[in-house]
Amino acid sequence: MEQTAPFIGSRPAAEPRHWGEWMIEKLIQVAGLSTILIIALIFFFLLREGLPAFFKVPLHTLLGSRWYPIENLFGLLPLLVGSLLVTVGAVVIAVPLGLVTAIYMGEIAPRWQREILKPLIEMLAGIPSIVLGFLGWVVLAPLIQQAGAPTGLTAFTGSIILAYMSLPTIISISEDALYAVPKEYRDGALAIGATQWQTIWRVVVPAARSGIVIAIMLGIGRAIGETMAVLMVTGNAANIPALGFGMFFQPVRTMTATIAAEMGEVANGSVHYNTLFAIGILLFVITFGINSLAGRLVGTQGKRRRSSQL
Amino acid sequence: MSRQKTNKLMIAFITAIAIIVVIPVILVIIFMFYNGLSALNWEFLTTAPYNGLRQGGIMPALLGTVYLTFATAIVSFPLAIAAAIYLAEYARDNRLTRAVRLAIVNLAGIPSIVYGLFGLGAFVLFMGFGTSIIAGALTLGILTLPVVISTAEEAILAVPQEFRTVSLSLGATPWQTIRYQVLPQALPGIITGIILGLGRAAGETAPILFTVAAVYLPELPKSIFDQSMALPYHLYVISTQVPGMPLSVQYGTALVLLLLVLSLTLVATIIRTNIRRHRQW
Repeated sequence: MEQTAPFIGSRPAAEPRHWGEWMIEKLIQVAGLSTILIIALIFFFLLREGLPAFFKVPLHTLLGSRWYPIENLFGLLPLLVGSLLVTVGAVVIAVPLGLVTAIYMGEIAPRWQREILKPLIEMLAGIPSIVLGFLGWVVLAPLIQQAGAPTGLTAFTGSIILAYMSLPTIISISEDALYAVPKEYRDGALAIGATQWQTIWRVVVPAARSGIVIAIMLGIGRAIGETMAVLMVTGNAANIPALGFGMFFQPVRTMTATIAAEMGEVANGSVHYNTLFAIGILLFVITFGINSLAGRLVGTQGKRRRSSQL
Repeated sequence: MSRQKTNKLMIAFITAIAIIVVIPVILVIIFMFYNGLSALNWEFLTTAPYNGLRQGGIMPALLGTVYLTFATAIVSFPLAIAAAIYLAEYARDNRLTRAVRLAIVNLAGIPSIVYGLFGLGAFVLFMGFGTSIIAGALTLGILTLPVVISTAEEAILAVPQEFRTVSLSLGATPWQTIRYQVLPQALPGIITGIILGLGRAAGETAPILFTVAAVYLPELPKSIFDQSMALPYHLYVISTQVPGMPLSVQYGTALVLLLLVLSLTLVATIIRTNIRRHRQW
């Protein structure tokens, strides 16, 4: 399977090509390049609707800690803090679980177990976020309330749901990274008397380090952008919880949930409308940054990883 | 503690974690069936809701999602396949190609709610489609592009180089080679990508919030320029916005959505397993 990309179309033609062929090739090229255009258009339309917010709303209000659109207070800080809390919680739960599961699937599990585990993880990736949100709302939130929290709809509830939603991403990319570690590394370690655990922990995981970092980054990107599940289970209170461990157990409101909950009720072109788009710009920039960085890291080891996919 | 003991302990620990991760997935599926199955019957699937959504079935929402998914396929399919052919067969390894790849990675990472904002700004307002199936399908079509492109590209790249060499050596042009040799071989893989994309589109809520979805419509949409109900949004509405909603109906709706999406994923997985098994090279 290890083969260089075919590139047959880029061979210089021996004879002048038929114009129909030329047309098709141009169309295909346009389709490929259109992906760049699309992402530019997405950013353009976000800017078009969202930039006015930065002129209409004074900067100190935007940076303020109060989000009360009715009183024209559009402080983004509580929403940022909300997104941050939920995402940090999700990452703290999902990264160790995901990495260890990937290690199990890649290094320890016999083939038949892998063939059960893999579809299950893919199934998890396939469950719509609204369904997980619904389960969080009717099952998980009451459980957390019973456990002693003042309300079941907290940042922590959101983190658990988000952790499960980002697990498939983290697992499959970490697994690819582990898979890309040459077999000789393992053989070498085992041959000089290392145990399986020592081989995994001291040799394989460090060798797969960069891929694991990518997995974590994409998991974070996934968690920050998730909307519906978070909207349903985090309680949607736009306040900044007091610092401390307890802040994970209070209702918060994320950037994504704010857009989803409020866009339906605002007048097009109003300050509130513009500000919701401005939050969209912020989300776009954050995820673009994370993904570009991850994409760049993948590029440095891309050729090796390719053969392990599909 | 000896190395061997540590080894055994850590392997057991890793195994336990893997089990802890997977068990809830199985539990969720069983739980959904257990609670939702009682609400499912023919009437539930074929009648419209009434009495403030509290009674009746989910037919308009289910049909709306089916329409929307088909419309999404029509939007994203040609563009995604063409882009995949470009990346696999035509693109040289240069700056432009890297930019295309970066764009695809980023398209995959954009939050779904941001797609919703884009759809609202671009299709609903700027292009004047209003809240409509076409606006939602365009939004979802773009959202599914990265999944379909990357799966289709993998499928095309997996076709052995010899197929191309032989075809070209017999005098076929590059496009003839792609059209008659490469694409037919890559077709099952490409179809897998499309189905995965559609599964994603069918289950998404955030992108359709402001582009298609209606809380309740007395009639089915008549054209692609009409609003429509949609299953994921319907689930959101009945579980959070309607007081006194019977829980069984909520579970039933969630189960139908889950089945719809998972069956698409399952079909994709089966096709993919079959390709691997029957591959001639």
